Amino acid sequence: MINWQAFRLTIELAVVVSAILLMIGLPLAYWVAFSRWRWKFLVEAVVALPIVLPPTVLGFYLLVVLGSRSPLGRWWLSLTGHTLAFTFAGLVIGSILYSLPFAVQPFTASFSSVDRRLIVASATLGASPLRTFFRVVVPLSMPGMITGIALAFAHTMGEFGVVLMIGGNIPGVTRTVSIDIYDQVQASNYGAANATALLLLVFCFAVLTVVYGLNRGTSKHKLWPLGPVR
Amino acid sequence: MRMRERTFRVLMRRLVSCSLIAILALVSGSILRAEAAGREINVAAAADLSAALQEVVADFERRTGISVKLSFGASGALTQQIQNGAPFDVFFSADMDYPRQLIAGGQAEGATLYRYAVGRLVLWVPSDSPLDVEHKGMDVLLDHSVKKISIANPQHAPYGRAAVATLKHYGLYEKLSDRLVLGENISQAAQFVESGNAQAGFVALAHASAPTMQGKGKYWIVPAEAYPALDQGVVALSRSPRKQDAEAFINYVKTAEVAAVLRRYGFIVPEQN
Repeated sequence: MINWQAFRLTIELAVVVSAILLMIGLPLAYWVAFSRWRWKFLVEAVVALPIVLPPTVLGFYLLVVLGSRSPLGRWWLSLTGHTLAFTFAGLVIGSILYSLPFAVQPFTASFSSVDRRLIVASATLGASPLRTFFRVVVPLSMPGMITGIALAFAHTMGEFGVVLMIGGNIPGVTRTVSIDIYDQVQASNYGAANATALLLLVFCFAVLTVVYGLNRGTSKHKLWPLGPVR
Repeated sequence: MRMRERTFRVLMRRLVSCSLIAILALVSGSILRAEAAGREINVAAAADLSAALQEVVADFERRTGISVKLSFGASGALTQQIQNGAPFDVFFSADMDYPRQLIAGGQAEGATLYRYAVGRLVLWVPSDSPLDVEHKGMDVLLDHSVKKISIANPQHAPYGRAAVATLKHYGLYEKLSDRLVLGENISQAAQFVESGNAQAGFVALAHASAPTMQGKGKYWIVPAEAYPALDQGVVALSRSPRKQDAEAFINYVKTAEVAAVLRRYGFIVPEQN
């Protein structure tokens, strides 16, 4: 009754997306936390956009940009012979954009809560900024980083609107759990919808329980939702 | 610094009071509007009707003063919403099975069921496509440039079922099934091709011949023998508190004027029912 193929695909998508978000989210969050550029707030606003924008806005623009009518779409088409929409890679791109704030904001919050004196001390002892980052900032920001990754993971697991708009509902490629549940409901197969939905509910609850359990008492600051930085 | 903080606080206070006033105005406005609203019916309609029905409704509103609110979607999806109590008065399906299902479940009035049109399926490609769909028909799907073919989701869209039946009729389903992308309804299937993300798609002739689609694509009308006829039925819904207005609209759909509009959009309208 449960569509295991859709479940495996969704977990795969969430793992890939959270891994990429860790790679691009860390430097971005570091920059947002420590930069003194006066227009920084603009970047912060852009990062937060997916929280307020409906998925249809993102889905619509992705469809336009990825399609063969746009220069980017044409370039990709000439490179690979197919367009990005309706592919796993297309979903990854959409999900990265859509889940970006859920990773970057907790990262930023925890980076900026690190005691500046420790960073300065590390620097005066001769450590390079990179060494300071991995030896001082990252260990002290662990709870925030775990929160960011877990939220990005869970948010991608539960993504629906963007996938509906750019996925094309292909079994094993773009038919994620949320789409499968939607299809089952639309076709009045409430039994199958319930089985898959319940599994997703339990799974996401478990992920969040682990995250908040790990974070219990370790942080003085709020990691989510993000309060004003600094 | 203190100065800046103070101006900030004053600004925030003003912002809050402004938004409170705006919210009050909006709320009272919507209450007033609801009271002033005259006769109105809510119509759920299959996505293939999205262009044609708007024209029909405009005429109907002008004649009767009853305003019609349209909601489009896949017939199966709308049926499911109606079964769960969606507040629609009339349902235009893209087949006859969904209305019958609703009648059997007591959610629709059997006496009002009317076959308003027979839909037609076309294979559509964008006008700048090198595929010569008008002359080669189904064969263009075998072209190596066709990576994705969009159809409506056959699970809940009658046009999706017709597309699958067509592919099977020409013995192409096995070969092409891994290239199919499913639109939520026939409109999304069309939009996947129109946006250049799929190279070809099975859409409703009503879509291909809509004014907004003029010049955007070329198509091949799938012969009627390739798929079971898309007999489309309209029915009044049992939950409706405005049955008279609902039936007035269905009766209007039976007129020659509406038949002419539907024919213009590529539907076949039977002479007598």
